[in-house]
Amino acid sequence: MINQVDLMAVVEKHRDNGVVVPTMTGSRGWNEVSNNKDRDIPIGGAMGKASSFALGLALAQPELKVFVFDGDGSLLMNLGTLVTIAEKAPRNLYHFVLENGVYAVTGGQPIPGVNKLSFAGMAREAGYAAAFEFDDLEDFASRAGEVLEAEGPVFVCFKTVPEVQNEPIGLRPPSGLKPTRVAIKDVMADLGV
Amino acid sequence: MTQQALLSPEAVIQEFNKNGVSHVVYLPDSETNWMYQLMEADHTMDLIPVSREGESIAIAAGLIAGGKKPVVLIQNTGMFESGDSIRGLAQDCQMPVVMLIGYRGWTRHGPTPDSAARLTEPTLRAWNVPYYLIEHDGDADRISAAFEDAARTSMPVAVLVGDEYHGFNR
Repeated sequence: MINQVDLMAVVEKHRDNGVVVPTMTGSRGWNEVSNNKDRDIPIGGAMGKASSFALGLALAQPELKVFVFDGDGSLLMNLGTLVTIAEKAPRNLYHFVLENGVYAVTGGQPIPGVNKLSFAGMAREAGYAAAFEFDDLEDFASRAGEVLEAEGPVFVCFKTVPEVQNEPIGLRPPSGLKPTRVAIKDVMADLGV
Repeated sequence: MTQQALLSPEAVIQEFNKNGVSHVVYLPDSETNWMYQLMEADHTMDLIPVSREGESIAIAAGLIAGGKKPVVLIQNTGMFESGDSIRGLAQDCQMPVVMLIGYRGWTRHGPTPDSAARLTEPTLRAWNVPYYLIEHDGDADRISAAFEDAARTSMPVAVLVGDEYHGFNR
C-alpha cells in the first residue's frame, strides 16, 4: 500500500510541463506536491469524468503530456472511458487510478468489487498501450522513468492507503484548490490557446 | 412535406465547417448513418466516438481547454444522461460547448407519445440551457447562432434536430 502523496511526489519529478488533472481525494494530495499549479486542473464532483476531460485535452494538444489522477469509485462511475480512451489512443495520456477500495470523501464505504476486480486488467483488455499496477512505492519509484516515458495511453493502478474524510462537509478545512473554471483558464493562458 | 423542406446532413456539415469545428464528439442516433459517412469523409474534422453520452460533454470541455472547437452530437435520451456533465463541466466551468441533439419522438404534427420528446425542452429549460430547433435547411444557420451564443456567453447551447427521421438516412 502506498501513501498517495509519496507516489505523487515521484510523478511530479517526471511531469516536466505536463498538465495534471486530479479528481476527488487525489486533488488534495496533488495540491501538496505540485510545483506548477498553472498546469493543474483539479476536477470536483463530475461523476468520473476527469479522465474524459483529460482525453479531450490530450487530443487537442498531442505534444503535451496529460496526467490524470482518477479515483477507483470515480472510474467505476465512468468505466466506458477505458474503451473510449483506448479507441482514440492518445500517446500523451497517462491515466492513474488511486485504488484505496473506498469512497474516501463520503466516510470510507467500500466500493463495489473491492478485492475482486482488476482495474489494470480492465484497462489492458480495453486496449490501452500499457497497463501497470503498483502496491509498493520503491517498486514504482525505480520504474517511474520507464512507466512515464512509455507511449500512451498508459494506465497505472496504485494500491493506496485510504485517506478517509468523515467530518460533516461544513466542518472540513478549505481545500485550497482553485475552482476548476479558474484552473482551466490559467492552463489555457499558459498554453497560449 | 416536400423534399426541399427537409434538413440535409450536408447543410449541417457546412455549418460545422463555417464555424471551424475541429472535432465531432458523438454517440450515433440509429437513424443518422449517412451523416456519419459524410463526416468521416471530411478530413477537417476528427471524430471521437464515446461509450456513453456524458463523456461527450467532458471530452468537449477538454478539447476547448486545449484550444480546439468541438461539437457534441447525441440524442435527447443521451442528453438526459449527460445532465451532471453539462452542469459540472460545461456550465460551472464556463465552457462554450455546442450540442446537436437528435429530438427523438418529436413531431410538429399530432400527439407526442414519446416521453423523450415531451421532456426534452422542459429539461433544457430547467437546466438553464438555451436551445434552438432546426427542422429543415432554412433553419441550418441557427447552428451558427448557437456557436455565436456559446462563445459570447461561455456557456453550453443546444440545437435540437427535429428532422431526425427524414433526410439523415439514405
